[in-house]
Amino acid sequence: MATPVQTQTVDLVARFPGMVTADARPGYTGFIVNKENLVEVATAIRDEFGFDLLTAVTGVDYLAENKMEVVYHAYKTTGGPGLVFRVQVERVDPVEVPSLINIWPGVDFQEREAWDLLGIKFTGHPDLRRILMWEGYEGHPLRKDWKEPFFEEEAKPFKSRWPDGQHTFAENKNPFRDNLKFPADFDPEKFEVVNEDGLYASLERHTMKNEEGSLNTDHIVVNMGPHHPSTHGVLRVAVTLDGETIIGLKPVMGYLHRNHDKIGERNTYLQVIPYTDRLDYFNSMSNNFGYVTTVEKLMKIQVAERAEYIRVIMAELSRIQNHLIFIGMLMNDLGTMYTPSLYAFEERELVLDIFEAVSGARMMCNYFRFGGVVRDIPDYVMQKIKDLVLERLPAKTDEMERFLNENEILVARLKGIHVLNAEDAIKYSVTGPVLRATGVPYDLRRADPYSIYDRFDFDVAVRQNGDMMDNYLIRFDEIRQSLRILEQALKQIPQGPINSQKPQYQVRVPAGEAYGRIESPKGELAFYVVSNGKPNPYRYHVRPASFVNLTAVESMCIGSKIADFVALLAMLDIVMGELDR
Amino acid sequence: MYGKGILKGLSVTWKRFWDTYTEDISWMLRGKKRYNTEEGIRHRSSKDTKGIFTVQYPEEQLIVPEEFRYVPFLVYDEGADGKKEIRCTSCGICSKVCPPQCIWIVRTNDPSTGRPVPVPTNFYVDMDICMNCGFCAEYCPFDAIKMDHDFDIASYDRNVYNLDKLLKPAKYYAEIRPENYTREEEARKAKEAAKAAKAEAAAA
Amino acid sequence: MENEKLSLPNYNIPEDLENVVAVTTLDRLYNWGRRSSVWPLMFGLACCAIEMIAAQTARYDMARFGMEVMRPTPRQADMMLVSGTVTKKMLPAIIRLYNQMPEPKYVVAMGACASSGGPFKEGYNVVAGIDKFLPVDVYIPGCPPTPQALIAGLIKLQEKIDRQSIKTVRWYNKEKKDGNYVPMPILGPDLIDVRRNADIKQAAAVAKVTQESA
Repeated sequence: MATPVQTQTVDLVARFPGMVTADARPGYTGFIVNKENLVEVATAIRDEFGFDLLTAVTGVDYLAENKMEVVYHAYKTTGGPGLVFRVQVERVDPVEVPSLINIWPGVDFQEREAWDLLGIKFTGHPDLRRILMWEGYEGHPLRKDWKEPFFEEEAKPFKSRWPDGQHTFAENKNPFRDNLKFPADFDPEKFEVVNEDGLYASLERHTMKNEEGSLNTDHIVVNMGPHHPSTHGVLRVAVTLDGETIIGLKPVMGYLHRNHDKIGERNTYLQVIPYTDRLDYFNSMSNNFGYVTTVEKLMKIQVAERAEYIRVIMAELSRIQNHLIFIGMLMNDLGTMYTPSLYAFEERELVLDIFEAVSGARMMCNYFRFGGVVRDIPDYVMQKIKDLVLERLPAKTDEMERFLNENEILVARLKGIHVLNAEDAIKYSVTGPVLRATGVPYDLRRADPYSIYDRFDFDVAVRQNGDMMDNYLIRFDEIRQSLRILEQALKQIPQGPINSQKPQYQVRVPAGEAYGRIESPKGELAFYVVSNGKPNPYRYHVRPASFVNLTAVESMCIGSKIADFVALLAMLDIVMGELDR
Repeated sequence: MYGKGILKGLSVTWKRFWDTYTEDISWMLRGKKRYNTEEGIRHRSSKDTKGIFTVQYPEEQLIVPEEFRYVPFLVYDEGADGKKEIRCTSCGICSKVCPPQCIWIVRTNDPSTGRPVPVPTNFYVDMDICMNCGFCAEYCPFDAIKMDHDFDIASYDRNVYNLDKLLKPAKYYAEIRPENYTREEEARKAKEAAKAAKAEAAAA
Repeated sequence: MENEKLSLPNYNIPEDLENVVAVTTLDRLYNWGRRSSVWPLMFGLACCAIEMIAAQTARYDMARFGMEVMRPTPRQADMMLVSGTVTKKMLPAIIRLYNQMPEPKYVVAMGACASSGGPFKEGYNVVAGIDKFLPVDVYIPGCPPTPQALIAGLIKLQEKIDRQSIKTVRWYNKEKKDGNYVPMPILGPDLIDVRRNADIKQAAAVAKVTQESA
């Protein structure tokens, strides 16, 4: 069941002499590409070497070396290891790097994010606006010389907490008595607000024009959100409408941007774990899994055998629970108010009871540690998991299918709507169930196996049409496959220690970089961590599935009805904590 | 036939509706109470639950597992004449490991020598920053800080807890986490016995 | 149970009329009416919103408190459950929603983030507590508060409502007609609270002096 071994190694240096050098820094891999040749080399990577899926783009600010680096991670949808290539530029203002949007359109949002948070200008990007912060915000927060208003020290733990920890509010230490930072000599009455012309101009650019000779109709721009009952949180979408038909659309995000990356870089490696819980708050177990796997890669440690099984059990339970909620929420957005989601939540509560019993919390589990997990599963909980997996959940999944699948209204709303074809999905770096519903059997548990997934016998759920109906049905397929994995895991789980390491609150992480990815219920969740040997990560970046999957939304819903767009958002299964971080 | 799927779906809803009555009646016939009893609540959280799923807080409460964690508290042992013997030695590990850095400890210094004494003068936890992660309890080497089960702590004001508000007796801890308590006590006794044996050996 | 609170304890009602007649004050009647149908705004911000939804579902069932009618429009809501991290970018929208809610209105800060910024307080885009802008009635600690903790907090809110009097509540106070209106903050180089313009200007001027002398 193992994946085909990729024997062919990519030698970019031989293919592009003088343009590419191998990265020789200890702990780093991949290639450094000259800025001038980036587009040429990237085109070859996609077309000649077959790396069709560019999963992550991010920047690193090497302040001491006076360098800015842009890191790209490319993979093949047929599976196998990836390719890391990077561009290094001198740290001047503004830092300029050519955009790869014409080669992999999926980089759109990620390049905008790098511009917003690191101030890297991607030349050739048609719509390089801030994405998480607002236009007019001062500074690029992830630069190493930028300090937030409540800045206390470079890294945690802060010295003011012990031994003389007289409690004071952070506000008292800031000149503006709040979480604020203004340029010197700033006058709030005399400044001009930067309005949102940029957003509407870009919306205009993508809006379909009236055909010549046809009836001239008025177009109206509608802002949906950030407070809207069906945008799944605080997402805002600017749409141009012709009647009820969408002819232009731009998502606006950042309303839940809570600075995960910046806080992560102040935290010690251990302290990041509970923060990852709050990324995709439906699946804290999966988030833990992704982060811990990444750091373990850097630390080069083995995970205790029993802990591997516990991890898989928790991650799969989490997936089942997520997909159940997905079905409930999709129904809500289609207008089936409440009943299906109430049924889904009932099963979710039972799964959360298990999480609560093993980890202590329902949602924010904080259960994984480097080398294993916190504590063993007690016997009575093990019995409960078996009861659910072997008896209740299969029956309830069947019941849910009986309840909904043949419903004529549901079928009418889902069948043939919002078709995404495989080519587009890969182009926009879409991953997870949404990609698999288009007929691409790309599941990281098979394509790039992590943990012990190669030991289980399961099928990658695939559907062929890429419409909403397939997206809906594939979640049921995935629940079934997860149950299959769980059954095997519960049978095979050995006795033994649950952590290969001694419990310690300060871990040693050797210098280097690691990119760890897992198949979260929403798609590829990846963490990019750069260590310089200190107790806290030098660079910590999350590549969330929802954020990248949303790139495809614009092309998917042009021409469809606004009511279907609401359902589309549910179908992409976005979650704002992960999208905005 | 159009509408067959809808009817099929409605049969599921109807079954669920029906179950609420059959379940209640079957409990009644067996002469058992489904509501306001521990047995009933446990059954409603098990794999066999059907019918009414609601646990009517505050009249009845979900039975939380031993490991359930809400906010931290400090454990004290009751010494002779009711003196509070605080377990915390103000070593500062919890405040170092705390991810949002919400624990503030003032270490006591001996006024005559100026050297630290292993008791905290004050101990603050900003409950409005605390993320309930449980690291403090997990890494405390003295079993002095533990996570509470009590979640009914909403208030009309901001919550910064000081030493007085954080302290709870070991009896309470033993009550909410009996397994952990027993395990820790055994480990402590074993350690003390080993220490005594070592001292004896050294004396002999 | 509610009836007991509605009746004044000092009046002797004949036993056979107990379920028919209640002697009460206008305050009690008024408070009883409000506390029994607090409609929350259907408004979720972050992780806590999921626990808020969970509290609405079958296991916890907030409908038992007259709180099941979650309204997406502020015009029909009585209570704003600030359920999650308040970011600077989101704040103007929240203030606008609050201003659009009709009186009487209540604000509950659910979870650590809404109360004071929580674990994300140090972040550059996070507002250190919604109480900097809105008058908060109940703070519920926890990250996130479990649905039961949320319900416990809402019971605290009901207790607070029980203690109010028509004579003193702000929405019948003629002098303070617009007393609860919160001016909209502006997104500039950072979040500008227009009520604090003078402070900000002064602190920025001080910052300039220190910068020059440095």
